[in-house]
Amino acid sequence: MVETDAGIPAAVQALIGVPQHAEETSFAIEMGYVYNTCAAVQNGNPLFWDEAVARDITHGWITPPTMMSVWFRPHYWVPGASGEKLALQLHFDLKQLFGMPEAIIAGHETVFGEPVRPGDRLRAHQVLRSVSEVKTTRVGTGRFWVIDLECFNQREEFVGRESYDCFGYRRESP
Amino acid sequence: MSAAATASLTLERVTEGEELPQLTHHVTATTVVLGALASRDWRPMHHDRDFAINRNGVKDIFINTPNNAAWFERYVTDWTGPRGRLGRMKFRMLEPVFPGDDMVISGRVTRVAVDDAGCGWVDLELAVSVDARVKTSCRARVALPRDASDNPWDRKNERWKP
Repeated sequence: MVETDAGIPAAVQALIGVPQHAEETSFAIEMGYVYNTCAAVQNGNPLFWDEAVARDITHGWITPPTMMSVWFRPHYWVPGASGEKLALQLHFDLKQLFGMPEAIIAGHETVFGEPVRPGDRLRAHQVLRSVSEVKTTRVGTGRFWVIDLECFNQREEFVGRESYDCFGYRRESP
Repeated sequence: MSAAATASLTLERVTEGEELPQLTHHVTATTVVLGALASRDWRPMHHDRDFAINRNGVKDIFINTPNNAAWFERYVTDWTGPRGRLGRMKFRMLEPVFPGDDMVISGRVTRVAVDDAGCGWVDLELAVSVDARVKTSCRARVALPRDASDNPWDRKNERWKP
């Protein structure tokens, strides 16, 4: 693997700023998961339970903004599937490119745009924003990287962006 | 539709430094599993205790990231009412939250402002704590109506700058 002066492999540098892993939701957005999510955290916001309130305030049903990533998570199983489909593939690509078997999500930020509504079809892509120099932390030696997941609806409206601060590393030898 | 159902906090009633009412929830295995499956997170450390202990090296299954976000959203909109609209949320999970924990969610207003599009914003510092130890820290930005006629959900494009 070619290394640059900054120590970041050329194969990784080529990924920075370039959309990867375009994907679409595999089913139309529906309220069933909304009720499950609201029940899990006892969220009684009438936007998700009272159609008259939803009509008055949000011009119809919407889904909780923090559910954005939920809609892109793959089914646990589908007919004909082989291997595991991963939710943030670019993160796993980087682990492999760097040869770093371990990784943690150190931080997570979401910006919310247009609300997601039942029946919507969403698309998203992943973008590598930055990669740090090699650093040593209490869990091991590795690199931090930032991946954005940018999401749009079927009207090409911006729905939101999730940024993941990741740290890929190798465990220190005992 | 009752008035209570649509009652919302307005920006003029919020002051910097104000503390939000705390929310306490006793976490069970059901809390963790329900939250993971509702968020379509099938990874075993959120439903398989043996896996969590023997592979992850933690003491039990633990609350997953999307469910953590859902708890923060519920906490913020309990306070704002339905016209409150989340613009941004950033959090850092420092330690897991396990079954048996009494999870306390707390919050404080750090900034009240109106942007150049006329949208009212409140910045919040939030935390999930167990036994007074912060497990997840969070900063959130939520839009509030400036008065009874305002509705942040009506904002789009250049009028929505989270």
